[in-house]
Amino acid sequence: MKSKIAVAFENCKKEKRTALITYTVAGDNTKTNSLKILNTISKHADILELGFPHNTPIADGGQIQGSSHRALKNGIKLKDVFQIIKKFKKTNPSKPLIMMGYFNLIYQSGENNFLKNCKTSGVDGLIVVDLPYPENKNFAKKCKKKSINFIQLLSPTTPRERIKKIIKNSHDMIYYISMLSTTGGKLKVSPKKILQNYNNIKRINRKKNVVIGFGITDKTIKSLKSSDGLVVGSYLCKTITNSLKMGQNPVTKLDKLVYKLKNKTL
Amino acid sequence: MNLKIKKGISLIDQHDQNGMWGGKFGGNFIPETLKKPIDDLTKLFSKLRKDKKFLKERDYYFKSYIGAPTPFIKLENLTNRLGGAQIYAKVVSEANGGAHKIYNATVHCLIAKRAGKKFIVGDTGAGYAGKMLSMAAKKFGLKCKIFMGAKDIERQRPNVEAIKKNGAKIIPVTSGSQTLVDAVSECMRYWVANNDTTNLCVGSTVGPNIFIKICAWSTAQISRELMMQVKEEFGKIPKKMKLLNCVGGGSSAMGFWNEFMDTDAEFVGIEAGGPKNSKLHAAPLTNGSKIGILHGAAQYVIQDKEGQIGSTESISAGLDYPGISPLHCFLKDAKRARYTSVNDEEALKAYKLVSSLENISPSLEPSHAFAEAIKIAPKLKSSDVIIVNSCGDSIKDKDIIKRKLGSYVR
Repeated sequence: MKSKIAVAFENCKKEKRTALITYTVAGDNTKTNSLKILNTISKHADILELGFPHNTPIADGGQIQGSSHRALKNGIKLKDVFQIIKKFKKTNPSKPLIMMGYFNLIYQSGENNFLKNCKTSGVDGLIVVDLPYPENKNFAKKCKKKSINFIQLLSPTTPRERIKKIIKNSHDMIYYISMLSTTGGKLKVSPKKILQNYNNIKRINRKKNVVIGFGITDKTIKSLKSSDGLVVGSYLCKTITNSLKMGQNPVTKLDKLVYKLKNKTL
Repeated sequence: MNLKIKKGISLIDQHDQNGMWGGKFGGNFIPETLKKPIDDLTKLFSKLRKDKKFLKERDYYFKSYIGAPTPFIKLENLTNRLGGAQIYAKVVSEANGGAHKIYNATVHCLIAKRAGKKFIVGDTGAGYAGKMLSMAAKKFGLKCKIFMGAKDIERQRPNVEAIKKNGAKIIPVTSGSQTLVDAVSECMRYWVANNDTTNLCVGSTVGPNIFIKICAWSTAQISRELMMQVKEEFGKIPKKMKLLNCVGGGSSAMGFWNEFMDTDAEFVGIEAGGPKNSKLHAAPLTNGSKIGILHGAAQYVIQDKEGQIGSTESISAGLDYPGISPLHCFLKDAKRARYTSVNDEEALKAYKLVSSLENISPSLEPSHAFAEAIKIAPKLKSSDVIIVNSCGDSIKDKDIIKRKLGSYVR
């Protein structure tokens, strides 16, 4: 059976558009609101990434750190994250959801136990920021056995031979990091250069869905829409931060923003 | 499972192909972006450590720039006061800059030069790692940025001033607890974004595998000197000899013990127990913390059940870190070293006693090790030898000492 992630990409290809992938942090700014946000933005987004926050992230910029900090301050625990996903999946069973975070939380849960919880709550994929190839080989295999997509990352520093190996070990989706940066950095590489790197990856295996993330905002999204998918994360987290500062409702703010982003990809 | 240390092989090389010591400590839990720069650094370092010209260069700078060897002295007054074991100190704080951090900083700058990098960045807690990196960067013509927690900037002013004087830029870290743990995170994040132009110097034997190796390889100079000094003093290695060293990240202890790994010398690592009446501490080994992943490596680390890294507290900024070098985790589980903790008050008392009796002035980090020496010496015989690594100078702690003890005399 095809994964929901694969189906989402197929549908986008039929409509000749890039897949819009969002990233928000579970529990930001509250458990209820983060569920509401998922429910609302899923109308416009094709795939949802949900961060499970860690307090010592080594690859996140200020915006996602801020969101994680809010969520943790509100006492979010892994079991809450799974609850949020379960509730979301009840009303949106076909919308793919990817959990994203750092390995220590999986390590402390126990890999098998963590995957069991992923399965029962309906998680479709996993991104583990600090578990690169080949260290992730075993865990990726375990994911596959449970029909959970393990999403491999590629970066501008990844050598070509390594790219080939990683692609071989990838499932339905590959995440290409657009530039040398933590999340939320300003796009310091031209979209042309990013697409050039992207196309080099695609040429190795056309069938793999490759999405681009890091530095994607309402200003840059249009220029990269020829890709299989685009991830917007820090820009959404920043919008939550700003709406809280202004006393606005983050849920409606994000609804409008993701709608706008979607239109720019058409 | 009983872990075993192999004889005749340097401890830093006793890891498996995943970079893990004892199959469970260390490794490379890093973002994809860092894989290539870390691979490059690993290849370069393994080449350089066999390169006679590079070794000659290192030895030259260790001698002419750092001032090797640092003194090895008997603390006669302290020994007489306590009765029992003979107490000695390896006064590493006499190294240029005032602490052992100069070895790692110098080596990283030499490597960065070989790699053709113009920029170097590093983290610091007590400020010594930052001070030394800024010194060495200046010496070798590299531009330098130092990441330091805002709380540590406040409490280690003399080192902050020194870093600035050396022309390095201090980046205050205001996230989380605003101490060393956050400085290391922020510094790594900076390297994720700038590794094309910049080399990273991790300030202790922590972080991804290669940084642990480079740091321990650099500080090993301490025990190379000590081995000769001990043989000169006693004619051979004394039968009952204890090497006491404070451990935060663990770089000075690794350097202090390395050459004695295959001997009968006993190793005691002293962690920071925090304030007497506080639940917080910085002693993951003593308090039985579980294995977790911090800053790219698996290690015993203070954390909650979920895996969120826990808060720490210690009067000594250099030991105020929730994790500990994977090498020390390995030594602990292999039962090669014993670990214990000393609280803030005991460390202060030890500082006071040692600096009043002897002509040395240990910073609050080695004062933890002296506190343990003071505890155990009276119970031992005069044939026992205790050597304490006095790895840092107290001048950086003058504000804290003045506040806690009323005065600071130097």
